[in-house]
Amino acid sequence: MPVINADLRVTANDLIAEETWTLRFHSPELAAQLRPGQFLNILTSANVDPLLRRPYSISNVVGDECEIMYSLVGKGTHALSQKIPGDTIGVLGPLGNTFGYEKSFGTAIIIAGGIGVAPFPFLTRELQQREIPLITFLGARNSARVVSRGLANLHVATDDGSEGFHGNVIAALSAYLDDHRVENPMIFACGPNPMLKAAQAFALDRGIACELSLESEMACGIGICQGCPVERHQGERKFALVCTEGPCFDSNDILFQEQQHA
Amino acid sequence: MNTTFTLGTMHLKNRVLVASGTFGYGNEAAPYTDLSRLGGIVTKSVSWLPRQGNAPTRIAETTAGMLNSIGLANVGIDAFISDKLPFLRALETSIIVNIAASSIDEYVDVMERLESEEGIQGYEINVSCPNVKEGGLNFGTRCDMTESITRELRKRTSRTLIIKLTPNVTHIGDFARACEAEGADAVSLINTLVGMAVNIHTRRPVLSTITGGLSGPAIKPVALAKVFEVHKAVSIPIIGIGGITTWQDAIEFLLVGASAIQVGTASFRDPDAAAKIAAGMEEYCAAHGVSDIQELVGGLRIPEGVAAPGFVKTR
Ligand SMILES: Cc1cc2nc3c(=O)[nH]c(=O)nc-3n(C[C@H](O)[C@H](O)[C@H](O)COP(=O)(O)OP(=O)(O)OC[C@H]3O[C@@H](n4cnc5c(N)ncnc54)[C@H](O)[C@@H]3O)c2cc1C
Ligand SMILES: Cc1cc2nc3c(=O)[nH]c(=O)nc-3n(C[C@H](O)[C@H](O)[C@H](O)COP(=O)(O)O)c2cc1C
Ligand code: FES
Repeated sequence: MPVINADLRVTANDLIAEETWTLRFHSPELAAQLRPGQFLNILTSANVDPLLRRPYSISNVVGDECEIMYSLVGKGTHALSQKIPGDTIGVLGPLGNTFGYEKSFGTAIIIAGGIGVAPFPFLTRELQQREIPLITFLGARNSARVVSRGLANLHVATDDGSEGFHGNVIAALSAYLDDHRVENPMIFACGPNPMLKAAQAFALDRGIACELSLESEMACGIGICQGCPVERHQGERKFALVCTEGPCFDSNDILFQEQQHA
Repeated sequence: MNTTFTLGTMHLKNRVLVASGTFGYGNEAAPYTDLSRLGGIVTKSVSWLPRQGNAPTRIAETTAGMLNSIGLANVGIDAFISDKLPFLRALETSIIVNIAASSIDEYVDVMERLESEEGIQGYEINVSCPNVKEGGLNFGTRCDMTESITRELRKRTSRTLIIKLTPNVTHIGDFARACEAEGADAVSLINTLVGMAVNIHTRRPVLSTITGGLSGPAIKPVALAKVFEVHKAVSIPIIGIGGITTWQDAIEFLLVGASAIQVGTASFRDPDAAAKIAAGMEEYCAAHGVSDIQELVGGLRIPEGVAAPGFVKTR
C-alpha cells in the first residue's frame, strides 16, 4: 500500500469536550491502512509558522474517513481548530508501529490520561472485533474534559473529583485490581509522562505486561532528523526513535529521565 | 535546457541536493519522493565510531525555524558501509558522504575507508565539530584548522571535495579562501547558526545542550548574505544552504552566487520538497528563456554606484 503525503479534505471538525476537538478527513487509502497506535504527521498550516508538522494518533477510522482528536495547546492546534469542512490539511502517513493488540493476553487494561485518550477508540474497536475483554481507566482534569466516546467498560478518575474516582488514574486502577480478578491482563497506556512513568512502575510492581505510547518533539516523523529519541533501559543502543521504532514501546524498555518535560 | 552541473570530478544531473542530517541516509524518505529527481544526496554526517547523540530534548521549533542539538548521532563508518551505502550506491543520483570527526586523524581515517568503496562521488566535510585536541573548540571557527583539514584530505582523494562552512565566524570569506587555496573543489554554506530557546514556565533551556543550531526559513537572509560574501571572496563553486523551502528561494541563492543549493529543514515539512524545488527551477528557466541555469549564477544586478558593504572583501 502506498504511503500518503497529500492535502486531504476535512469533513468535520467538532468541539467535543472542554478544549478538545475531533477532526475528520477523507482518505480511503489511509482508512484502509491505519492500525491502532499509529500516527499521522499533520501540516496544520500552509505558512512556515508553525514550521513543522505535528504528530497525531489515529483516533478512529469510520468508512473512508480518518479521525484525530486534539486538545488546544499552541500554534498548531489553534490552526487546526480553525479548519472547516471543505478545507484541506496536509497529511503524511501512516507512521509508527501499532499497539501490540495481537499479542497473547486475556484482558486489555487501557490507561488514558488527558488527550492521551486519543488512540483508544480505534484500539477499543479492534479489541471488540476480536472479542478480547477490556477495561478502560480514563484520567481527566475535570468532568468537562472527559471524552468517553468510543470507549468501553469505562472507569473515570478526575483530579478534582467532579466525576468518578477522585485522584489519579493509576490509583483508580490499583483500587479496582484490589477488588477484582482480571485474567492475564496487558496494559496499554497513553498520556503525560508522569502518568506513563507511574504506569510503568505499577506494571512492574504487579508483574503485568505493559505498553506505553510515547510522545516526543518531532521534526520529520519518518526517521530523517534523529530528533525524537527516547532513552532505553538496556541494550547496546542508548536511544530509540519514537517516530520509527515507536510510538508504542514495551514499558520495560524505557528509561524516564527527570528532566524530560511532562 | 541544461540543468546539469560538473563539480570537481562529479556530474550532477541538477543543482538541487538534500542537506546533511536532514535526509538520513536516503532510504527513510524513499517512499515519499523520487530520489532520482535529485541532483545529489548528502548523507547524515558519518564519524569513525557510531555516535548515540545527545539526550532529549533535541528539537525546538522557533518562529519560522527550528533549533536542533542532535549531537551528530550516526551509525559509524562500518555500519554506514555495510548497511547504508548499498542502498545509496544503487540510486540514480550523486552520493556525497558528509564526514564529521573530532580530530584531523579521524577525518583522514574516515575518508580513507570510504576511498576504497565504490558509488561515492564526493565528500562534504563538516568542520562544525568540536576538536577534542583543542579543548572542544570548533574546527570550523579557526581558519588554520579549516586549512589543515582541507590540505590533509585533498592529498588523499581525487573525488569531489566540498568543505562545509559554519556561519558562526566574523569573516566567512577568509575561511572560503583558505579552502580554495588548499584545493577544495567547492564550499557549501551555511551550517546552522548558534541559537537558544527558553521555557519560561520551568525557566530551563528547552534543549538538553542549552544552545543548538538554528535552521529553516528564519536563517535564509543570513545565509544569502554569507553566500554573497563568499562569492566575492573565491572563484570555486559555492553550494548555498539555509532555509531554502521553495524554488524561488533557490533562485535567490543562485543569483547571489551559489552554483547549486541544498534543501535542509524543508524536507521535514515535506520529504518531497527538494524534488519539487528542482522541478520549479526548471519551469522558471523555461518560462524566462534561460537555456542554461548557469546564466543565473551570480547574476545579481547591483545598481550602478552602489558599493558592496564594507565587510565584503573582493578577491
Ligand atoms: C506520536 C505522537 C502522537 C500524538 N498524538 C496526539 C493526539 O492524538 N492529540 C493531541 O492533541 N496531541 C498529540 N500529540 C502532541 C501533538 O503533536 C502536539 O505536540 C500538540 O498538539 C501541541 O501542538 P501545538 O502546535 O498546539 O502546540 P505548540 O505551539 O507546539 O506548543 C505550545 C507549548 O506546549 C509545549 N508542548 C508542545 N507539545 C508538547 C508535548 N507533547 N508535551 C508537552 N508539552 C508540549 C511546547 O513546549 C510549547 O511551549 C502527539 C505527539 C506525538 C509525538
Ligand atoms: C536536524 C538537523 C540535523 C543536521 N545534521 C547535520 C549533520 O549531521 N552534518 C552537517 O554537516 N549538517 C547538519 N545539519 C545542517 C544542515 O545540513 C544545514 O546546513 C542547515 O540545517 C541549514 O539549512 P536549512 O535551513 O535548509 O535546514 C543539520 C540540520 C538539522 C536541522
Ligand atoms: S521525528 Fe525525525 S527522526 Fe523521529
